[in-house]
Amino acid sequence: MSGGVDSAVAAARAVDAGHDVTGVHLALSRQPASYRSGARGCCTIEDSNDARRAADVIGIPFYVWDLSERFHSDVVEDFVAEYAAGRTPNPCLRCNERIKFAAVLDKAMALGFDAVATGHYAVLEAAPDGSVELHRSADVGKDQSYVLGVLTQDQLAHSLFPLGVSPKDQVRAEAAERGLAVAAKPDSHDICFIADGDTAGWLRERLGSAPGDIVDASGEVLAQHDGTFGFTVGQRRGLRLARPAADGQPRYVLDVEPVSRRVTVGRREDLRVDRIVATSPRWCGEPPVGELRCTVQLRAHGEELLATATVRQRNDAEPSVVIELLQPASGVAHGQAAVLYLGTRVVGSGTITSTSAATAATQPTCQMLSDL
Amino acid sequence: MNPTRSAVAYLDHAATTSVYPEVAEVMIRLLGTVGNASSLHGAGRAARRVVEESRETIAAALNARPTEVVFTSGGTESDNLALKGLYLSRRNADSRRTRILSTAVEHHAVLDPLQWLQDASGADVELLPVDEEGRLEVSAVGTAIERAPEAVALISVMLANNEVGTLQPLDAVVALASRYGIPVHTDAIQAVGQIPVDFAKAGVDAMTITGHKIGGPGGVGALLLRRDLSPVPLLHGGGQEREVRSGTYDVPAIAGFAAAAELAVKGQPERAPYLAELRDRLIGGVIDAVPDAQLNGARGDGRLPGNAHLSFAGCEGDSLLMLLDAQGIECSTGSACSAGVPQASHVLLAMGRDDAMARASLRFSLGHTSVPGDVERLLAAIGPAVQRARAAGSAATKSSA
Repeated sequence: MSGGVDSAVAAARAVDAGHDVTGVHLALSRQPASYRSGARGCCTIEDSNDARRAADVIGIPFYVWDLSERFHSDVVEDFVAEYAAGRTPNPCLRCNERIKFAAVLDKAMALGFDAVATGHYAVLEAAPDGSVELHRSADVGKDQSYVLGVLTQDQLAHSLFPLGVSPKDQVRAEAAERGLAVAAKPDSHDICFIADGDTAGWLRERLGSAPGDIVDASGEVLAQHDGTFGFTVGQRRGLRLARPAADGQPRYVLDVEPVSRRVTVGRREDLRVDRIVATSPRWCGEPPVGELRCTVQLRAHGEELLATATVRQRNDAEPSVVIELLQPASGVAHGQAAVLYLGTRVVGSGTITSTSAATAATQPTCQMLSDL
Repeated sequence: MNPTRSAVAYLDHAATTSVYPEVAEVMIRLLGTVGNASSLHGAGRAARRVVEESRETIAAALNARPTEVVFTSGGTESDNLALKGLYLSRRNADSRRTRILSTAVEHHAVLDPLQWLQDASGADVELLPVDEEGRLEVSAVGTAIERAPEAVALISVMLANNEVGTLQPLDAVVALASRYGIPVHTDAIQAVGQIPVDFAKAGVDAMTITGHKIGGPGGVGALLLRRDLSPVPLLHGGGQEREVRSGTYDVPAIAGFAAAAELAVKGQPERAPYLAELRDRLIGGVIDAVPDAQLNGARGDGRLPGNAHLSFAGCEGDSLLMLLDAQGIECSTGSACSAGVPQASHVLLAMGRDDAMARASLRFSLGHTSVPGDVERLLAAIGPAVQRARAAGSAATKSSA
């Protein structure tokens, strides 16, 4: 229970469903004050108190579990290391993979609980073979299946998402009806462990200033920057280029190269990508065999693109997934997750490690998403 | 996981204990009356009479003089008043007096004001070491005083430790301090009602006591303070309590506090051996169920009769607490919390335990409503709970996939 409205309603619904529910708030920082405070956050003492009050109203026991060390090593340090390597990680996915549905679930199971219920907007459905399928929420605007795409069948089998098909406004209304004071609390957003929302500044404090060049495709130096961690592929704002491009068009980050500290910028069309390799795949059920015709989502709240995906396993090497996009994507950052869908069902995910554009432009197919 | 209250084994009397029915009765009666004890009319005089009779009752129970009882809002205020007030008045009288000696195992209501005095008022605070049972090393007190006795403003040593129950060698400390006329404060919050507490005989200059640990209400306590001492007040205002403490009297609470003090002290000679027997049954039974459980603190007469404090290697204390709580057995990790997150106890760390062992500990404390059934409930549950908490402990620390 984060102290927000979603997890409070999820807990109340789990009680209504007849489960024996215990509320748990995760303390993710040893210095709660250093995390995002007040209405925007999920990790402060105030949020912990909000969660406690919600548990009181629902009538369930409530405890705070200290996961700060695990969170620091598995999420925060990983976040810094990924940026240092020129990638753009999604810490929420990482937290779900390593903390909420791993450290918390393992501890809960050992203590005698059967499942972890969260306030994520996603749907679990029983498949005919007895396995559990993860599906998008009905509220497309709030759907969080993307950040849950890292969960394995074993994790899903011990998860509950009681908000499932409900739209957010219905959840808020229900919270108010239930007398939960958090009914009107604003949604949390951005990264919980960066207190002021200034990700580049936060990274600069940890990685130090590391100046380098901003160059165009020809290698001409256009400007200086003070650290590659301030740049993400597809980024347009904040480049601070002194000279406009010859064609007068805006320029975008095409590539971030941390070793040479070189940031390459170029035209929007140069961002086009139609082939992606994703590593460290995680499958919600059985891994796909052969070429899977599916859709893929490449960032949180990103659009769904038609694609084919093929698992590539070379001897003892880590398996990877080759994703051929049938519609080109623009500005795909390494380090983000590629989450594969069949209709509303999440198949699995991988971490984007390379992207390329086919030599010949691919004609987008006109197949409807609903046919998949 | 929501046991009804009647099915609860309450083993956390050191946190707070049940109000005596007699106390509740007195308080309810007084809540129906009007009168500010500082008013001069009949209602005021009636209220004042209750306050003064309560003062006399408390003084009699603890062998102090009535004028030595300074009512406060509770233990934390009494500790703050004694430490800040006495330090400042002693230093104002002689600017060389900047040293404060205390122990590493004091309650945060002592340690935090000392930290504040160090940060804000230039006090030179020395926290003296304890042995592995949590007992202050008397030789260290002597050595510390001798280093510059004229500079010692104050010594503060608790009578009994709130976490591990170890009794402190207060007599020896008073004997050393009295050679140099250094005032001694003691936090006796956990001791009243458990062991004999005698203000005059203890020879201390100030003693903290509180209502809710002895069967009285919360929000009321006292500092027993020798008449010749005038600490700098924390609260300025009407000057109700010897100009040392201001604030309108909470008459029902004060009367309840006095009634509790009388009952707690009167019942102590009979209660102590009864609780000690229950405690020993608890400790022995837990070690039978969990053979590698370790008792923390002093043995036998060296600890409070109502305190048992044990470490369970490989467990997180908070996991164990949750598992017991789910079965209606209520105890404590015994240490301070920050946002509900248990921190490794400074007391256990000072006793030489490592961080993991300090976090693997639970305090079970007995009081005036404890019955053998409470202990038996725990003994039936502790073995499986430890097993489960150990599994959870290793699940939480296993390397991530």
